Amino acid sequence: MVDIRSGTDRALGPAEVEDVELYHPHSWWTRYVFSQDAKIIAVQYASTAIAIGMVALVLSWLMRLQLGFPGAFAFIDAERYYQFITMHGMIMVIYLLTALFLGGFGNYLIPLMLGARDMVFPYANMLSYWLYLLAVLVLVSSFFAPGGPTGAGWTLYPPQAVLSGTPGGKDWGIVLMLSSLILFIIGFTMGGLNYVVTVLQGRARGMTLMRMPLTIWGIFTATVMALLAFPALLVACVMMLFDRILGTSFFMPAIVEMGEQLQHGGGSPILFQHLFWFFGHPEVYIVALPAFGIVSDLISTHARKNIFGYRMMVWAIVVIGALSFVVWAHHMYVSGMNPYFGFFFATTTLIIAVPTALKVYNWVLTLWRGDIHLNLPMLFALAFIVTFVNGGLTGLFLGNVVVDVPLSDTMFVVAHFHMVMGVAPILVIFGAIYHWYPKVTGRMLNEAMGQLHFWVTFVGAYLIFFPMHYLGLIGVPRRYYEMGETAFVPASAHTLNEFITIVALIVGAAQIVFLFNLVWSIRHGREAGGNPWRATTLEWQTPETPPRHGNWKDLPVVYRWAYDYSVPGAPEDFIPQNQPGPDNLTRETAT
Amino acid sequence: MAVVVILVLLAAGSVLFHLLSPWWWTPIASNWNYIDNTLIITFWITGAVFVAVVLFMAYCVFRFRHRPGNRAAYEPENKKLESWLAAGTTLGVAAMLTPGLFVWHQFITVPDGARQVEVVGQQWLWSFRLPGADGRLGTSETRDISPENSLGLNRNDAAALDDIIIEGGELHLEIGKPVKMLLRSVDVLHNFYVPEFRAKMDMVPGMVTFYWLTPTRTGTFEVLCAELCGVGHPQMRGTVVVDSAEDYQTWLTSQQTFSQLMAAAQTKETAQAGNAAPAR
Repeated sequence: MVDIRSGTDRALGPAEVEDVELYHPHSWWTRYVFSQDAKIIAVQYASTAIAIGMVALVLSWLMRLQLGFPGAFAFIDAERYYQFITMHGMIMVIYLLTALFLGGFGNYLIPLMLGARDMVFPYANMLSYWLYLLAVLVLVSSFFAPGGPTGAGWTLYPPQAVLSGTPGGKDWGIVLMLSSLILFIIGFTMGGLNYVVTVLQGRARGMTLMRMPLTIWGIFTATVMALLAFPALLVACVMMLFDRILGTSFFMPAIVEMGEQLQHGGGSPILFQHLFWFFGHPEVYIVALPAFGIVSDLISTHARKNIFGYRMMVWAIVVIGALSFVVWAHHMYVSGMNPYFGFFFATTTLIIAVPTALKVYNWVLTLWRGDIHLNLPMLFALAFIVTFVNGGLTGLFLGNVVVDVPLSDTMFVVAHFHMVMGVAPILVIFGAIYHWYPKVTGRMLNEAMGQLHFWVTFVGAYLIFFPMHYLGLIGVPRRYYEMGETAFVPASAHTLNEFITIVALIVGAAQIVFLFNLVWSIRHGREAGGNPWRATTLEWQTPETPPRHGNWKDLPVVYRWAYDYSVPGAPEDFIPQNQPGPDNLTRETAT
Repeated sequence: MAVVVILVLLAAGSVLFHLLSPWWWTPIASNWNYIDNTLIITFWITGAVFVAVVLFMAYCVFRFRHRPGNRAAYEPENKKLESWLAAGTTLGVAAMLTPGLFVWHQFITVPDGARQVEVVGQQWLWSFRLPGADGRLGTSETRDISPENSLGLNRNDAAALDDIIIEGGELHLEIGKPVKMLLRSVDVLHNFYVPEFRAKMDMVPGMVTFYWLTPTRTGTFEVLCAELCGVGHPQMRGTVVVDSAEDYQTWLTSQQTFSQLMAAAQTKETAQAGNAAPAR
């Protein structure tokens, strides 16, 4: 077995695959628009995701205005409110988080961190982005379609999703939503196969699987999961589209709608929920695992210390990925499914807490006896741990079947999933952008704007979502356009809602500072140099910054793991992965 | 350094908020205080873990922050420590899961002799049905729903004819008597949710779901729909009244049965036909 930390040339086999020449662009169009360079595609994915994410941000403002000040804004009627929450949820989960982590960071980092010239199928990679863009455009078009976008909630539960009591149910809304998802999944599959094959086949010599940075482990595992989970959503979308357009009854039982007998019969609404969550729960980890991976590397680099328990971290990622396929029905404890499922799914769900908790311990133990540089990426990583631990722990309430019963469908759930899969992964995205922006552009992001952005976002997001749990504990249901006068909700809860809305407006505004910083620093940022964080991983060792098409002059050779920070006896506090020997440095202390 | 202060404040603030804020659950009115107890156990265990992790982080940042000349330790793994942490976590998880599953078993095991009450959801209205003198609910079918038979009861089923039907009105329950709520929907998903009962369950067209409870406190409680069911979702409210045995009987005798309702509809229809008024 090859030692993961460092090895001699014995670990290196001869090159199995000859270095190949890439297709080089001949014009501005093929260089920057129809580009086959994974780095350009990554920027395209990220820009599109951030752009559509801004739409989701505005939608969240609008819905918070209604919740904080019910009725004060006449144009936010019930119909629009439900359209806003639906589109906000879908955009954030699929079109922002999934696309940005896998399409954005995946494309940029996989070839660079593994020492490859590009993805193995550059053309399919390009198609993947253009299908994604098309999916986004179809989604956006539903805002302008007759009847507007669907208001079925992001879970799109039938039968209501395709009936007239729901906005967009009998108009274009639901059709465009389902079509957009289908396009997204086809596009993702092209990209996803690419990432998997590149990780398995495109690594530099010496880059064994157990020497890969955790970022790559996270993205790789998430991609494998997505390739297995998205087909469930695809068939669910196709079947619902048939129910809506062709009048089939996959999900439609006998229904009397507003006094009128419909022509449907024999279908099962719960079948859709099983398909949806068979995708939907792995989806949580499709977003979380890349975040886990990235944050591990941010912490290690900025604490100048190897990630604690690397092998445990890798196995935890793989185990979490596998377990996440057998927990889906914990979203359905009160759905009316056979109640005996509750025993099984509560047990599997709480078992996942163990590998997840081990990851948290290893992050904080990496800080222990480190040399912590409080750079912006590190600050975001710390904020991630706080919000992720908070959101993960409230997951233990909702996963524990009987505790879920009073809390399910209340604001507690909203607070929980925003904390754990909204705020926490987005904080990692911010940290990652502050970390890798210098590689992408050659310049640092502005520090003062970054500090402002960090503090408002972190403290603000916590102030929004921590108290929100208690609204759910009172019993305030989620997806209520207005609570009205209700005996069990004290008047003070309305004050809390106003407070949450005001903080949400401020946190949203802070994101504009971030966007400005992204644009401003391209020209005005401080020159970064090739390796501003003095990091070990390969992307920081490229001959040029930003790396050109093909990434390397000669392909790098890897001699050690990604975490040789502060190795005793080494002249510097980091040793790049492609630096050969002396390997006895680590051997002595390792045992 | 600011980050150390903020982390400590955040941990302390969260605990104080939990203890001092006025926002807590509404007083319970059913036997499901077991659920409340499990929730409290979960709060204590998770709260302790949260505070411990955040404070440990704050300490690390304070103690090991970068100063010129510092160098981090080199410690790739510590098998012993990792095993201890895994074992401790497993124990904590088991401490929450065990009572949870135990109470879930109670939750899904309806006691013998529980009375049956049917709740029917439609956009955006609650209706209820109680067994008549025979103590049984008759069969029903969504296909049989018509203007005069809004719950789709089977007219050929003798057990259905004496069923008591409450359309859009209040449901009354008797204190101390276990009751099995049979949940049915005629159009889309709904969810019968009374915060004071702590229980809730989706209502799914095409099937009958259930939960059970024993009301433990008299009073009037609001019914909410807890599953997004269209634009009228937040307006879908109803009322449950928990009565003493005496009040319950008084209320029960004043309710109409299915056959009475049908007879009334027929009379109305004949009258309308006589006046040549439009059918609706």
